[in-house]
Amino acid sequence: MSRIYLDHAATTPMVPEAVEAMARELTRVGNSSSLHASGRSSRRVVEESREAIAALVGAHPAELIFTSGGTESDNLAVKGAFWSGTEIGRDRVITSTIEHHAVLDSVAWLGHLAAAEVSYVPVDAAGQLDLAALANAVDARSSVVSVMWANNEVGTVQPIPQVAATAAEHGAISHSDAVQAVGHIEVDFAASGLDLLSFTAHKLGGPYGIGALIARRDLRLTPVLHGGGQERDIRSGTLNVAAAAGFAAALQVAGGKRMEEERRLRQLRRELLGSVLAAVPWAIPYGPAAEEDRLPGTLSIGFPGCSADAILMLLDSAGIDCSTGAACSAGVSQPSHVLLAMGYSEIEARSALRFSLGHTSTPSDVRALAAALPEAVQRAKAAAAFA
Amino acid sequence: MKVLAAMSGGVDSAVAAARAVEAGHDVTGVHLALSKNPQAYRSGARGCCSKEDAHDARRAADVLGIPFYVWDLSDRFAADVVSDFVAEYAAGRTPNPCVRCNEKIKFSAVLDRGVALGFDAVCTGHYARLTRTGNDVELHRAFDAAKDQSYVLGVLNADQLRRSYFPLGSSLKADVRAEARDRGLAVANKPDSHDICFIANGDTAGFLESQLGRRAGDIVDLAGTKVGEHAGSHRFTVGQRRGLRLGTPAADGEPRFVVAITPTTNTITVGPRDALAVKIINAIRPTWTAGPLSAEWSGQVQVRAHGQPMNASVQLQDEHLEIQLDSAPTGVAPGQAVVLYAGSRVVGSATISATRA
Repeated sequence: MSRIYLDHAATTPMVPEAVEAMARELTRVGNSSSLHASGRSSRRVVEESREAIAALVGAHPAELIFTSGGTESDNLAVKGAFWSGTEIGRDRVITSTIEHHAVLDSVAWLGHLAAAEVSYVPVDAAGQLDLAALANAVDARSSVVSVMWANNEVGTVQPIPQVAATAAEHGAISHSDAVQAVGHIEVDFAASGLDLLSFTAHKLGGPYGIGALIARRDLRLTPVLHGGGQERDIRSGTLNVAAAAGFAAALQVAGGKRMEEERRLRQLRRELLGSVLAAVPWAIPYGPAAEEDRLPGTLSIGFPGCSADAILMLLDSAGIDCSTGAACSAGVSQPSHVLLAMGYSEIEARSALRFSLGHTSTPSDVRALAAALPEAVQRAKAAAAFA
Repeated sequence: MKVLAAMSGGVDSAVAAARAVEAGHDVTGVHLALSKNPQAYRSGARGCCSKEDAHDARRAADVLGIPFYVWDLSDRFAADVVSDFVAEYAAGRTPNPCVRCNEKIKFSAVLDRGVALGFDAVCTGHYARLTRTGNDVELHRAFDAAKDQSYVLGVLNADQLRRSYFPLGSSLKADVRAEARDRGLAVANKPDSHDICFIANGDTAGFLESQLGRRAGDIVDLAGTKVGEHAGSHRFTVGQRRGLRLGTPAADGEPRFVVAITPTTNTITVGPRDALAVKIINAIRPTWTAGPLSAEWSGQVQVRAHGQPMNASVQLQDEHLEIQLDSAPTGVAPGQAVVLYAGSRVVGSATISATRA
């Protein structure tokens, strides 16, 4: 039985072009750092992938550093910029309250173990960054300012050019985690004014295990991974040739139809909300109202009086995949820190489900969800009386 | 039926879940997160429900191909089991938290939530047997007498038993481990957890001290004469001999045992072994697996998790039992459960409130 998959924000199926590109490269032998012909043949694939990906995000190929994914890119950006900053008397880190844990936890770690002074800039009830508070927080001692391009839970898109400009005013390095944005909405690194941009392949139809950090060439970044000096001494490690090819192929596919896909998913998301509200009239959508302020396919909805875990379990059993806030490492679900930062109570946060659409989503997915929701919600409400 | 299989990460609950799947039920695995501060890994046989245990349970569920979730019941567990445990010790009694957990958490909070979500029964790896005739369910001792856990399940009522499922009741533990191996469950070789699940390092006295503080008091003999001092009455249980550290030996040279714990005066009373002999047990808050007892009943009672059953006659008045034992066992501790058996069948359970010679 095939599943109704509504968790594209977590990961999305690989597009056939990416699978083919990888399959072709898997049998090639040659370390892309080696000097001989076999090495050169791998390096050619890596460099062509680099050029293709960089072009699609408005970056120069030399600005693109391959990593193992979004988490590594975020860690390298935040820690690398901070450590370089401390060499010139900059020991402050500014970020938002709604970042992904790859940024939040990296920042917190720097606060605990590296004596960083950390500021978390708040957001409003729609998840929009408080730009005035940001301007207050950034100063001549700021090393790095990190604000995500678009939020993975509620879909809010941030005013990134303003963030970059504010950072630049004070000579601070600006970084944006664009993991949810690249391939789905327009992302142009050069136009943004940013110093650093992270994204990953598996959120846009490519393979797991590879991502990118776009970094201006004149930036000083302290490496996290030391070793053979690959990626201009910033990120050592043998390059995953096949994954790079898959990454490039996926982004090419996504880039080629981004505008029409964006339009399609915005429409489908509105239909999803409409169907959910028709089935459960007392459900409450969380996040921004205006289209231009949000990702096309991501929707967070609260079901007052219910535990979202219970709904998720019942939908899972009905063949539907969706998500709630993160789980801790023991598997116990936690209320979304994003919703809490937006001002929702813990109970409200624990009643929220996230549905996210992607390139394989269709109107029948929406219909299936609407059909399964009433019973799932009714049972979840009944179960809410017990723990 | 739709079965909610409680999976602790141990071998018993994993095999129980496997058998439920094999029996054709629609099984969902659930790991109960009961600790507020779970340890990262399980160190040997101590404690339970560390993150490693959650992982082991998840892995077993994956091997069985069933959905798996973690339910956070740590707040209720803290209130219903841990707080009760500490309060009972503070009151001079010896609680049995596993009984409380079955009563309030596993077959209550979990079961109620499960039923509301559409499940028909909760399945566990307990060693006990259920027999069904029509709508009636009987709880019996397990086939493996050494592993029999009917004692801690005696607190369940008829409704709870109707919605329980114990696939391991007719098996030997050794065979269960072998079966786990055959089914490709990595937990086949995992040691069983002993002691109390929320005291991972096994230091009950230390745990209680951290909760209750150190309250030194007197140790007195049966005549009331002070014979020593203790560092906290919660370190002792009726029948205990170890840890008394009495400076002077008894007049008759015989060992002395804890005969009574009086928290109001923070006093431990010690006496010779025969002062421990109990003929009458008073018990309160009974629960029954079927209906309540007839007013006068005789059968067998068990006063410890792995104690010997003893013949007794029981009088029930309101919610109070007076149990007259044929023999005169020693070391019956108030606070423990007394479980009534008719042969292998569990009739009911109550909490020991007092004992008399």
